[in-house]
Amino acid sequence: MYVRSFQYLAPKTVKEAVTLLNKLGGEAKVIAGGQSLVPLMKLRLATPSYLIDLNRVKGLDYIKDQKNRILIGALTRHAAIENSDLIKEHVPIMAEAASHIADPQVRNLGTIGGSLAHCDPAGDWGAVVIALNGEVKITGPRKDRVMKIDDFFIDTYQPNLKKGEILTEVRIPKPQPNSGGAYLKLERRAGDFATAGVAAQLTLDVDGVCRYAGIGLTALGPTSLRARKAEKTLLGRKVDDNSIEEAAEAAAEESKPTDDPLRGSAEYKRAMARVLTRRALKLALARATGGGA
Amino acid sequence: MARKKQLLETAETYVSVSMKVNGVPCSAKIEPRTLLVHFLRDVLGLTGTHWGCDTGNCGACTVIMNGKSVKSCNIFAVQADGAEIITIEGLAKDGQLHPIQEAFWENHGLQCGFCTPGFIMQAYWLLQQNPNPTEEEVRRGISGNICRCTGYQNIVKAILTAAEKMKR
Ligand SMILES: Cc1cc2nc3c(=O)[nH]c(=O)nc-3n(C[C@H](O)[C@H](O)[C@H](O)COP(=O)(O)OP(=O)(O)OC[C@H]3O[C@@H](n4cnc5c(N)ncnc54)[C@H](O)[C@@H]3O)c2cc1C
Ligand code: FES
Ligand code: FES
Repeated sequence: MYVRSFQYLAPKTVKEAVTLLNKLGGEAKVIAGGQSLVPLMKLRLATPSYLIDLNRVKGLDYIKDQKNRILIGALTRHAAIENSDLIKEHVPIMAEAASHIADPQVRNLGTIGGSLAHCDPAGDWGAVVIALNGEVKITGPRKDRVMKIDDFFIDTYQPNLKKGEILTEVRIPKPQPNSGGAYLKLERRAGDFATAGVAAQLTLDVDGVCRYAGIGLTALGPTSLRARKAEKTLLGRKVDDNSIEEAAEAAAEESKPTDDPLRGSAEYKRAMARVLTRRALKLALARATGGGA
Repeated sequence: MARKKQLLETAETYVSVSMKVNGVPCSAKIEPRTLLVHFLRDVLGLTGTHWGCDTGNCGACTVIMNGKSVKSCNIFAVQADGAEIITIEGLAKDGQLHPIQEAFWENHGLQCGFCTPGFIMQAYWLLQQNPNPTEEEVRRGISGNICRCTGYQNIVKAILTAAEKMKR
């Protein structure tokens, strides 16, 4: 289908982009990778009069090592994260997750910032950034804001962005030694959105006691969710089959899946939340203790 | 209103775009809503790039933009202003098929042929990234392309054969 006519604006700096967005308000949309927005425009679910292209904005596409954290520019493509040595060294769960997003062509264009700002509960980045306790930086007409990823997801397709604001950076604290993570995604076929997905990130002390647990859920609620009770179940305890089983049970309980005609009933997805949480935690544990592929 | 107007002076109903397609500089005035696939097919007449699902799923519209494979139904032509594009028409040189095209021919990597330009362009990108792929890597690499005829076996075989040919 043909998208509605729009006027195209290609700012060169973040400041210009933000100024345009602030002036044009609800009539404008920013486009990053376009891999969610263009399909929405074709369905006329999005009908912006102005399209503000971020692809010509300088300085939004980077992966940087900054002391105890990794900084990722909003315009960084899924493929760049998938193939980054810095990411593989410090947060391999992100490279793993990236490789499960859509297909190679979509990953060549789609961006982490666009994915998070889209606030699709089936988007894979949300759960992963939750598990890593990441933050996002928001730039707008006034002062920059930095918030925990949890506070960024208000509701389905509703990011915590005020008029004129864009997401500019994703900040990931580097996991401590003896950490491991895993992202597991159940999909009907290669390249599909998740039926359900679980991101798990663990840090253990020398006795195998859990010092950090981050668990994020994909497609199991109105937004990407943090499985808080499951995380609490593990903290301060030895991570073993028993505590993992309890955490998996808790994650299934606190998930909020809905029936959908394409990918299954709420009951099925809840069952998958339990299975995937259990498997992701086992894999994260194996990786934290030096094993696991 | 006046302020808004001034800001938007640069935004017009029709915009000029220029890009290099298969090494040839091309420019035209188009509506910003023109998808890259329509620009290539309808404005430039390069109908080798196919337009299938129009939803970003089938990969028939795959072209190379600035060295990366993209689905040309999921990007506007204005976004490719200044870009270098390679389409299926750009692969054969002096009447000589590209090794990937040859390999598809020899291995029966196509039946109806609708998906073929997309598969070949994706294989082109894949083999540039990874000149020595395993079968598994080939299968992952073409996971964004759908074929309704072949069952993929001969497409995978063709790409593996092409990798060998391109080493020679
Ligand atoms: C065939 C197909 C399969 C897919 N499968 C998956 C999948 O399995 N998993 C998955 O996670 N995703 C999947 N996607 C979606 C893909 O990952 C998108 O790239 C992603 O959801 C959006 O990122 P984008 O950069 O393309 O954003 P765009 O499409 O450009 O934008 C999406 C939304 O975010 C807004 N936006 C973009 N950037 C910013 C910013 N910096 N600040 C504020 N707002 C912004 C836009 O205005 C728009 O509303 C798939 C897409 C396709 C076409
Ligand atoms: S036509 Fe572009 S992906 Fe199908
Ligand atoms: S050869 Fe017919 S769709 Fe692939």
